[in-house]
Amino acid sequence: MAAWEAAAGWEPAPLLGYHRLHVPPLPLQVDSVVKRFGDLTAVAGVSLEVQERACLGLLGPNGAGKSTLIRSIAGRVRPDSGSIQVFGQPAGSAASHAELGWVPQEMALYPLLTCRENLEAFGRYQGLRGKALRSGIEWCLDWAALADRAGDTVKTLSGGMRRRLNMAAGLVHRPRLVLLDEPTVGVDPQSRNRIFEMVEGLRKDGTTVIYTTHYMEEAERLCDSIAIIDHGRVIANGTKEELVEQSFGRHSDVLMRFASSVQNAADWATPRGGTLQDGVAHFAVAQPTEIATLLDAAARDGLEVVDVVLRRPNLESVFLHLTGRDLRQ
Amino acid sequence: MIAAIVRNGFRQLRRDRGALILSFILPVAFFSIFAVIFGGMGGGNTPRVSVLVVDQDRSPVSQRLVQGLLHEPSLAARTHPEAKKGQPAPPDYTAATAETAVKQGDAPAALIIPQGFGAHPIAFGPAADRATIRLLHDSSDMVAAQMVAGMLQKVVMTSLPDTMASMGMRYFEQSSGGLTPQQRQSIDSSLARLRAMGPLPAGNANSGGLVALDVRDVVGEKKGNPMISFYAAAIGVMFLLFTASAAGGSLLDEAESGALDRILSSRVSMTTLLAGKMAYSALLASLQLMLMFLWGAAVFHLDLFTHLPGFFVMTAATAFAVASFGMLLASVSHTRAQAGAIATLLILTMSSIGGSMFPRYLMPATMQKVGLLTINAWAIDGFTKVFWRDEPVWDLAPQVAVLLGAGVVLFLIARRFARRWEYA
Repeated sequence: MAAWEAAAGWEPAPLLGYHRLHVPPLPLQVDSVVKRFGDLTAVAGVSLEVQERACLGLLGPNGAGKSTLIRSIAGRVRPDSGSIQVFGQPAGSAASHAELGWVPQEMALYPLLTCRENLEAFGRYQGLRGKALRSGIEWCLDWAALADRAGDTVKTLSGGMRRRLNMAAGLVHRPRLVLLDEPTVGVDPQSRNRIFEMVEGLRKDGTTVIYTTHYMEEAERLCDSIAIIDHGRVIANGTKEELVEQSFGRHSDVLMRFASSVQNAADWATPRGGTLQDGVAHFAVAQPTEIATLLDAAARDGLEVVDVVLRRPNLESVFLHLTGRDLRQ
Repeated sequence: MIAAIVRNGFRQLRRDRGALILSFILPVAFFSIFAVIFGGMGGGNTPRVSVLVVDQDRSPVSQRLVQGLLHEPSLAARTHPEAKKGQPAPPDYTAATAETAVKQGDAPAALIIPQGFGAHPIAFGPAADRATIRLLHDSSDMVAAQMVAGMLQKVVMTSLPDTMASMGMRYFEQSSGGLTPQQRQSIDSSLARLRAMGPLPAGNANSGGLVALDVRDVVGEKKGNPMISFYAAAIGVMFLLFTASAAGGSLLDEAESGALDRILSSRVSMTTLLAGKMAYSALLASLQLMLMFLWGAAVFHLDLFTHLPGFFVMTAATAFAVASFGMLLASVSHTRAQAGAIATLLILTMSSIGGSMFPRYLMPATMQKVGLLTINAWAIDGFTKVFWRDEPVWDLAPQVAVLLGAGVVLFLIARRFARRWEYA
């Protein structure tokens, strides 16, 4: 059998040409999903596919539609049109709930129950009993590094510990697809690193992860591919390198700060293909030597340059390039 | 500075609906309820005490007394059970049927006018020969017997003035050594005029022991304090409603924290979740009632252990109804604070008109009927049947049916409102 045949899921059948092999359904297929709340279109025709064991980052500013999309996948929002399938099952069905672990942004825990009791409650709601429940709880306590606090009530935990327990409570039934909705919101840097390690641990175990954030460094560290969402649409989708390549080719960013007024800087930068963000002029250059040309021109026009930085474009640059806005706006 | 603090306070109050309800609507609502109950809505709706009247004498004097009782505005006197629509009037009460009716709670008191009453109706002091009227009563209504006894004395004075005067003259003759023929003739003509005048206008009488009364408690004569079981049920149901509304409020906490979303994204459906919450709430309510009645048995000698079947039936039905009430309250409210305010308003209103704060028999007839719209009234009636009237379990059918029916209806409405949480 040829490699392309295997890759396409076909195999030769004796005398009958070709027939379809059993192809396992994708962890997530989102097809043209639209969701409106009154006059506001929160999700405007999103289509996505996520392969098994992948980690897809949904990157976008607040209000971009990430959480609505995640809630639609979790079955908590009914799209006005389009379809969502989780391992081939419609989102919101009992079968999809069993395959899916959703970690909402909110601290969805019982504050008066202990860590273990919280995990037990959510495990039972997922239909776990007996040994499966016990092993699920132990795995979660271990994964979230909360085994030594298992008997403590949630209200006595630190903010970071609560975040970790909040994540664990969504995974007690060991789902194959996990939705993490901004799991690091309001978390200190140390706890954030702990959460990154937890997500990386999940990936090592082969779990498929969808991770929403508006921190590009999180998406860069954790995700294989990134979908940039703005105004309810996926405006770019691919690996970080692909996104940068699509937006900037092989160009680099030159950032220049001037001693003169912002208006003078803007008047100077715009005709030369630059944009001004927060008083800093951004230029895309194919070669680093082009910096010298820019510096010469500035000197010629009487602008005093205070600072110059050359950097390879990142996801934030891509977002700025695609939307004209900063990711954290 | 102080003005800024005051303005800030009013701004926050204006946006806090719960506090607004508690501050302005609740006091007005309560004032209105108490005004209706005790103020009689301008005097046209004064509470009347029901009393059954049995005339065994059937003499002209006893018949005039019966008529006086029937026309006494403070009493709702009846000589026979109320006729059903299109049916002829049932036969008059006898002493036995009147006693049964009091035992069943149809009326809190019955007056039995004995044979021979007309011959010796009244006396101005202890007299061996006067007839004794029997007053049978249900001591769970602490007011009715005293009220009927007082009213009986008044009615005797106003309906039998000639009899009183005649008895007075008899005493005078006995102590003065007799009247002259002229005096006798003059008094007889005055008595004839008194008879012709008919009853004296009400309000002129003063009380006194003119009629001999034999008062007997036909329901609770072998019991301790009749009000213990009443208050165990009455206070119990009121607090059950508060507990159930708080338990239902956990749904709002879960909605607020996001736990509800997480639960509904698991294998738990909205119906299952509501049913589970309701089961918890009903169990909690049952435990509360058991504790109250056990405490009543231990400290106040409430006879719990000989009434266990009826107690369990009423506890289960009441707990089911209050749990549904709690679910409905949670599902119609948007925040805990709102649920708290609505709960306080509704529960205190239901408790006041439903008999948890003071017995319904003290209320005007209209308010007693309005009280039947509350869980409190049906629960208290059921517990009273069990502990006071010693009625068998199957006689609780009306109360149990209403409480279970109310529970089902409230749950279905709650489920309908809970749809807002199911999907966005």
